[in-house]
Amino acid sequence: MKVRILVTLKNGVLDTQGKAIENSLTRDLGFNNVSEVRQGRLIELEIAEENKDNIAQIVDDLCDKVLVNQVIEDYSFEII
Amino acid sequence: MKSAVITFPGSNCNRDAQDALVKIGSKVQNIWYKETSLDDDLDLIIIPGGFSYGDYLRSGAMASISPVMNEVKRLAGKGVKVLGICNGFQVLTEAGLLPGALLRNKKMKFICNKVSLRIENADSVFTKNYKQNQIIKLPVAHMDGRYFADGETLKKLEDNGNIAFKYTDDGGNLSDIGNINGSELSIAGIFNNDKNILGMMPHPERANDADTAGTDGLALFEGLAGL
Repeated sequence: MKVRILVTLKNGVLDTQGKAIENSLTRDLGFNNVSEVRQGRLIELEIAEENKDNIAQIVDDLCDKVLVNQVIEDYSFEII
Repeated sequence: MKSAVITFPGSNCNRDAQDALVKIGSKVQNIWYKETSLDDDLDLIIIPGGFSYGDYLRSGAMASISPVMNEVKRLAGKGVKVLGICNGFQVLTEAGLLPGALLRNKKMKFICNKVSLRIENADSVFTKNYKQNQIIKLPVAHMDGRYFADGETLKKLEDNGNIAFKYTDDGGNLSDIGNINGSELSIAGIFNNDKNILGMMPHPERANDADTAGTDGLALFEGLAGL
């Protein structure tokens, strides 16, 4: 099954890239209705497993071991 | 004294680390990251600066799970001294050998400069040749140097004397200007609880020669060699 993992900085961790993007959108391009920009990371991968519970376990393991640094990041995933 | 310098694909300060170690009379083994066995009688392992794995995913993340790191963890657990400099500090936090994480510099710029640091704890094998609260100057060169940890972890670091260095301004005072990358508590380097592991963003190995960046880094290596 194909899995899409979304990694974002935890709330409260200063996201400098999100801040820079926000400044460009608002100050440089005039999108004054835009705020709270956060940038994340999207990882797609194929897992040779059909059982959804097993997939969840594998994804948690992957994220725990390398894909996510849980000191600073949160993640969620969906099967696509 | 017997030391090992680990080289990952993308490390670029391994040679400087080796030079500093030769200067204090240490034997040096240059270790490629695929190595699965390190000598038990090592006194010191250096994880040098650079851009291991091109900083892909997160700085230090891929290196932290590379084969040699199992051995670094094993020996660190036995009390072997481990020094992570710059990217090496990032590798140590990613490997879970030191708490916290290193994020993009607050002003989003690569910082290449010589900065003032205050010795926060001179009671360690790494810092014993400095005086408590001494101000030293070391080079820095990094993009992801903003130390971050949650409030509880920061309090533990302070309470246990695990903060080794803090960034200061040129007057030797803690300030927003001195805190070049926006680190929590102006932290530039930390120890583990046993004080046999030190991670630091500044480069002591680049400050061991009066003709280049000064000699303020040499004291750290001399201390390790018992000089």
